[in-house]
Amino acid sequence: MNVLVFTLLVWLGSFAAGFLGSLTGLGGGVVLVPLLTLVFKVDIRYAIGASLVSVIATSSGAAAAYVKEGFSNIRIGMFLEIATTVGALVGAFLAVKVPTAAIAIIFGLVLLYSASLSARTQPVIPENDRPDPLATRLRMNGTYPSADGPKNYYVHNVPTGFSLMFGAGVLSGLLGIGSGAVKVLAMDQAMRIPFKVSTTTSNFMIGVTAAASAGVYLNRGYIDPGLAMPVMLGVLAGSLLGTRVLVKAKTRSLRLVFSLVIVLLGLEMIYKGIVGGI
Amino acid sequence: MRASLQWSDRRVEDVIGNLLRAGVLLSAVVVLSGGVIYLVRHGHDRADYRVFRGEPTDLRDIRGILHEAASLHGRGIIQLGLLLLIATPIARVAFSVFGFAAERDWLYVGFTLLVLMILLYSLIGSS
Repeated sequence: MNVLVFTLLVWLGSFAAGFLGSLTGLGGGVVLVPLLTLVFKVDIRYAIGASLVSVIATSSGAAAAYVKEGFSNIRIGMFLEIATTVGALVGAFLAVKVPTAAIAIIFGLVLLYSASLSARTQPVIPENDRPDPLATRLRMNGTYPSADGPKNYYVHNVPTGFSLMFGAGVLSGLLGIGSGAVKVLAMDQAMRIPFKVSTTTSNFMIGVTAAASAGVYLNRGYIDPGLAMPVMLGVLAGSLLGTRVLVKAKTRSLRLVFSLVIVLLGLEMIYKGIVGGI
Repeated sequence: MRASLQWSDRRVEDVIGNLLRAGVLLSAVVVLSGGVIYLVRHGHDRADYRVFRGEPTDLRDIRGILHEAASLHGRGIIQLGLLLLIATPIARVAFSVFGFAAERDWLYVGFTLLVLMILLYSLIGSS
């Protein structure tokens, strides 16, 4: 395959990944690395490098739109970014020590986990919700726009959320993904933040987390311009389109379909990691 | 007090939104221009990413990338665009420091500075 055809095909695949990743809040990175390694036979280290930069583009592009709509909570995002960026550095340094086959297997497990998460229902926030003292001290409680005007919400379990975010950062640095699934878990399930707020705040944080490991990857020579170019441009275009649809669309059925694709990719990554195809 | 706080929160969010949009747009334009040069010159080469070799040192650090881009090499220009992309969330964090300082929220100024230092270490200090 020559460079021109390869670039076009990678662009198309990345466009689709960016579109679905942004619609479901799971990030394009989660399918990009399997797509590049399994379909395009790219070495997993190049794939992770390209995925990381595209994750920054997706997150920043989408976050620009969300921030203006008033869904994302900048304080929650900034506080949790302490955990995700330290984690991302740890993950990026670990990536050199861990064999690629092991990275493929861990990647597969994270994919399966992401898929199982999207099949779960959103937790219902009780009506008589009380504020949590630590979250209040950290000024994390906020409001978000809804059909009947701004709605208040309270944030809970800050230490659990913070620890989960460290884990999300490590995975992001090790695998070159946004770890949207773990971030959404920390915010939806542990901190009980409303769905639209957690999805958009997660998106807002992903770029900063990815930037923390991207520097290390760049210095190490994992980011190849010829590959990263179509990946980044494709994911960006796809995610911008996805953002326009998100605010209106019902995400539930789509998350289920996307999670099926993720399961298949996850199983194949694990299989290839075990038999030594990666 | 409450009203002015919300107003400035809103403003900070607006500026951050614009900053992110501009950074991503600029980097996409630079990456695309580099990509066109790269494809014109190397479009008919064989694409092979099966074996990991690692990038040459000129495409790894800020100084090398600036030099490559100034020589109008397609790959160097793409790499410059990617560097701008990595810098975008860092600039966002840097701006947030001023945003929180304007609100006299010193706790969050501290948190944000910490995140900023981690990011700068990764980009500059980790090589």
